[in-house]
Amino acid sequence: MTAATAPPPTSPAPATVPAAPRRAAGRRRLTPYLLLLAGVAWLLVFFVAPMVYQASTSVQTGSLDEGFKVTWHVATYWDALREYWPHFLRSLLYSGIATAACLAIGYPLAYTIAFRAGRWRNVVLVLVIAPFFTSFLIRTLAWETILADQGPVVSFLNTVHVLDVTSWLHITQGDRVLATPLAVVCGLTYNFLPFMILPLYTSLERIDGRLHEASGDLYATPFTTFRKVTFPLSLPGVVAGTLLTFIPASGDYINAELLGSTNQKMIGNVIQSQFLRVLDYPTAAALSFILMAAILAIVTVYIRRAGTEELV
Amino acid sequence: MQTRPMRWLRKNVVVLAGVLALGYLILPNLVVLAFSFNKPKGRFNYTWNHFSTDAWQHPCGVADMCGSLTLSLRLAVYATIGATVLGTMTAFALARYRFRGRAATNMLIFLPMAMPEVVMGASLGTLFLNMRIRFGFWTILIAHTMFCLSFVVVAVKARVMSMDPRLEQAAQDLYATPAQTFLRITLPLAAPGIAAGALLSFALSFDDYIITSFNAGNTVTFPMFVWGSAQRGTPVQVNVIGTAMFVVAVLLVVAGQLVGGRRRGART
Repeated sequence: MTAATAPPPTSPAPATVPAAPRRAAGRRRLTPYLLLLAGVAWLLVFFVAPMVYQASTSVQTGSLDEGFKVTWHVATYWDALREYWPHFLRSLLYSGIATAACLAIGYPLAYTIAFRAGRWRNVVLVLVIAPFFTSFLIRTLAWETILADQGPVVSFLNTVHVLDVTSWLHITQGDRVLATPLAVVCGLTYNFLPFMILPLYTSLERIDGRLHEASGDLYATPFTTFRKVTFPLSLPGVVAGTLLTFIPASGDYINAELLGSTNQKMIGNVIQSQFLRVLDYPTAAALSFILMAAILAIVTVYIRRAGTEELV
Repeated sequence: MQTRPMRWLRKNVVVLAGVLALGYLILPNLVVLAFSFNKPKGRFNYTWNHFSTDAWQHPCGVADMCGSLTLSLRLAVYATIGATVLGTMTAFALARYRFRGRAATNMLIFLPMAMPEVVMGASLGTLFLNMRIRFGFWTILIAHTMFCLSFVVVAVKARVMSMDPRLEQAAQDLYATPAQTFLRITLPLAAPGIAAGALLSFALSFDDYIITSFNAGNTVTFPMFVWGSAQRGTPVQVNVIGTAMFVVAVLLVVAGQLVGGRRRGART
């Protein structure tokens, strides 16, 4: 994941290898295509073709027994949107909040690893990545234990009256945290936090420490240094991190299923149940297409605004 | 005038926030660890009853769990090999050559990473369904290889792009054949990127639930076992496996660090 955003800091080398002898020129022109062949073919067959196929499925009608036919039944889209727009809205809202929370929580940690951890740096990095190796389902189930109704966390929040405030804000209900929006957002934040921290860390780590010194020499307060030097330089990491958090979070349904109630179902839950339980493939396909379109639109606007094109 | 503790706090507030964030990340793992020593009263392992090492002594004491675990490990190994081979070749092509269709290929690599898993899983599932391909081991393997591929490409590409081309030129100046140059210079230099990609693939494949659930049919991988058991009470053994994976991963990374560190030390 580190690499997902990090062309490492060393010199950007000119990519072509020295001039080859002439007779090899023809072969060399073919080499990249031969190297690409297998990987690209795999993606075309198992990623692009399914997408195209799904586009056609979304305008089909029929049933499991009689089979599905393309009838250009575009109304599926309208029906899906009319019925499930709250789920779409909720997905975008929850994942948006979770992304902001990830940034708020992840930035100090990434900053600490990059500038303050010293010889603990690698240890902390390992601790950030290691939870990945315990299945995320198991870890999400652990949140069920942590946030359990009679558990220490909930009783503590109750005693200090935090839950009164959150109930008033309608993000929790009564003296429960489980089966509320708060629990789902907490779970999403937790699950995707490493995806935020790693790109942030790689872009922070690349910053030349002398810039901080220079800023301090010019009488900038630490906060000004952060605002004018560190943060702008870490923007590519912020953009990559928010995307890597927001996109998977918006399609997630595990957290809503395990930590939420029926009132917190996200669009992923709907797609999953349409596909695997209701077996209404056209609706599932239409819903995935709307989700994909929404995400692509948001991401495009966001990247334009943030002004970074170099993501890959 | 600022008192000394206040000044200390101001200086270290970032570190404190960082430590809290780290705690947030680690807390569930600690809970998983603690509850792996629990002897739950009923079927649900949510509340502490009393200490026991039963689950650690009989990690395979639950029906079907170890079968699903070996299946997941096998899948992860195959998917890692497939994705690493295909991804490394693609990465070399993208990093080393300028050719027509390069931008489109970059886009093709980027898209799977920018797609919610539900969308990818559902669409691939629809394809298999309509081609009347039986869901099972092979469909899962195909899906895993597909979504791991892009991550390998990105990891290897970043590494290859940052490699100093003069090293390979030097090798050729010293009369190394292209094959020798590749095997003795290029490949070792690219190895950290390839290893990172492979490790990531393994973790992604082993842990994937969403895409797998659309392409598995009746085949049960470990995450699917956990999901299924969550509805009727997760056995304590699941916590044992979770903790063991965590410990093994940490040990592997630490060992890798030590070996890497010693090599680096030997070279300088």
